[in-house]
Amino acid sequence: MQKYALSSALTSNAVTLPPSRPGTSFHRIMRKLLLLVGVLLVVHVALLFAHPSGAEKPPAGNTVDVGVVFDLGGRGDKSFNDGAYLGAERAQKELGVRVRFIEPGEGSDRESGLRLLAAEGMDLVIGVGFIFTDDLTQLAKEYPTTKFAGVDYSVATDKDGKVIPPPSNLAALKFREEQGSYLVGALAALVGKSKKVGFVGGMDSPLIQKFEAGYEAGVHQVCPDCTVLAQYAGVTPEAFRNPGKGKEIALAQYQQGANVIFHASGSTGLGVFEAARQTNKLAIGVDADQYAEAPGYVLTSMVKGVDNAVYDAIKKTKDGTFTGGIYQYGLAEQGVGYIYDKNNAKLIPPDVHARLEQLRQDIVAGRISVPSTK
Amino acid sequence: MSAPDPTLMPVGDVPAPAAASITRPGASRRTQLEEAVLPPLVALLLAAVVGDVLILTFGQSPGAVYRLLLDGTWGNAYGFGQVLYKATTLVFTGLAVALGLRAGLFNIGAESQLAAGGFCAALIGLVLPAGFPALLCLPVYILAAAIGGGAVGAVPGVLKARFGAHEVIVTIMLNFIVLALLNYLTSTRLHVPDTLHTAEIRSGRLPRLADLWPAFQGSAANVVIVLAILAMVGLWWFLFRTRRGFELRAVGLQPHAAEYGGIDVGGVTWRALALSGAIAGIGGLNYVLGYKHYYEEGFATGAGFLGIAVALVGRSHPLGIGLAALLFATLSQGGLAVNALVPKQMVDVLQAVVILAVATSVPEVRRLLRMRRGGGDR
Repeated sequence: MQKYALSSALTSNAVTLPPSRPGTSFHRIMRKLLLLVGVLLVVHVALLFAHPSGAEKPPAGNTVDVGVVFDLGGRGDKSFNDGAYLGAERAQKELGVRVRFIEPGEGSDRESGLRLLAAEGMDLVIGVGFIFTDDLTQLAKEYPTTKFAGVDYSVATDKDGKVIPPPSNLAALKFREEQGSYLVGALAALVGKSKKVGFVGGMDSPLIQKFEAGYEAGVHQVCPDCTVLAQYAGVTPEAFRNPGKGKEIALAQYQQGANVIFHASGSTGLGVFEAARQTNKLAIGVDADQYAEAPGYVLTSMVKGVDNAVYDAIKKTKDGTFTGGIYQYGLAEQGVGYIYDKNNAKLIPPDVHARLEQLRQDIVAGRISVPSTK
Repeated sequence: MSAPDPTLMPVGDVPAPAAASITRPGASRRTQLEEAVLPPLVALLLAAVVGDVLILTFGQSPGAVYRLLLDGTWGNAYGFGQVLYKATTLVFTGLAVALGLRAGLFNIGAESQLAAGGFCAALIGLVLPAGFPALLCLPVYILAAAIGGGAVGAVPGVLKARFGAHEVIVTIMLNFIVLALLNYLTSTRLHVPDTLHTAEIRSGRLPRLADLWPAFQGSAANVVIVLAILAMVGLWWFLFRTRRGFELRAVGLQPHAAEYGGIDVGGVTWRALALSGAIAGIGGLNYVLGYKHYYEEGFATGAGFLGIAVALVGRSHPLGIGLAALLFATLSQGGLAVNALVPKQMVDVLQAVVILAVATSVPEVRRLLRMRRGGGDR
């Protein structure tokens, strides 16, 4: 503080007080700064040699090394990044593998993170999010002996619509979101009882339309004359981060007579929960169990088992059974599902739950096929 | 204004705050050097010590973490290539912000100017036919990127020159508008399905450094770095060796005195901001021409804002900006390398400490702050 005051005084007096004359306040400040440099340098060098007793040495020994690169959203998104973290952490505890995490800061860090891990000789490198698709494909070709996995990896198709398979050392971990959405759609119609149910999507894109298509099919399965009020928060990725817009849409849908709204919209959904609390109606969460966001107002959540998929990929690598290709996680693989536990059991009548379980079995057995496009 | 002699600038009837010039007139070379080097040095050491303490709180050894950080950046060709790649973008945004600071203007819009430059270059790339002669391509791309960024920069410039609208507010707000617009255009009209990027440009891709030195294999560093060096030299020449540059610095030091001396302050203001935007825009070529060959949503998130830090730490001097860009690029890439031991946020905190420490110790910033507080009506 002292230093700052002095130097302000200096600069405002500079016209009357030639600053270059030795012995002026300017020189005193520079000398002080020089002293400060010395002190900081000594402190820094001293601290460099500090070695806390708990300094972590990674467990030695011959085990499987796994690297995970998160999407830009990073950990704490309560969605697929956190899901991947949970799965990898579980593998670390139960399988004894070594896991390294990298959180990129900007676009070019995605490839860089994958590359750092691959160059270090990791056995399995996982990229979390569809945005890793290009980078994973390229690296899988450059490091043919390393195994790669991509959560939500988007599989390319050629001009005739035929699927171009990913490289043989790359596993595309994909989810049948429409199947889980189908079940919560049936639930929304059965619990809502008002012939109207709501859907709030994030960014209007094929991925989210998959949720809507399954949801609508589920609603119409149990209630053919029900209407689905479906709206999207926008057409840009920003639409996944707009709780205000989410609340606005949800309030309008509740007003129009919907008693239950399913959101697939990232943190925009926080606004949907807020609207449910305000109007004393129900909302359905997505990706992870979102009961805690609005206890009592969250009917259930359509969960996506990113953790299981990641755990599986790591386990297969450890067992030596890992192969590349497209992995679809649906109801049968418990890759998607809905939450039914002590928190929300009182919101879901037993006969409704029985009906849902019946539908689940029908889908798993292939008696019902759920559309993934509108 | 025929004799660009800086010693003429702080004349007697100038209000006192203006006297804190960037290079103190009449000061000896040693004093100048001390004033230029000591504050950033204090800032860096302060950041290093804060970093030590943070690392210790994570139960790690500072020495080990810093060594890993250096190993992962300057210790191998790939890491060094990544540092060069990131520094290239930062040089452009740093120069853009510095040009504004020299004119007394705080351009917070480099983030969107960079994106707009990259976007326009990618658009041209979609239009140019494949096999368009490479030698003709480059100037076309540079022009497109400069126009994209320059247009975004010119808006606050004109608003300031014509209506006195504060450039800080306008550039911040334009960031939101421009990024949302590019976002919209990309995700509704131009993207390849299931991605957030446009199709690849068909001609005029620039070689990567790895094509010339195979050791850089895999790194994103490319020959746009030559453009960055040319931009540094060019901006130095412009600022310190041309009449326009002198006028710009004169306006930055004391607009009233400059006007009294016959300089068109409004003209200098909007041209400075437009040129600043153009420089930031050309930075977009690093990604679009040199690395991925398409425009991707958020391809350089944060590089524009980091440019402010680069300009401040580099003392708004092209050479200093080059060094500061290398420093921040090292921190950014090193953050990935040490991510196993400490969270990414630690590197963010280090960057923030550098910025804060520099911001309070650099005379330019103090002068800007004082102008806002005192005679903020210019």
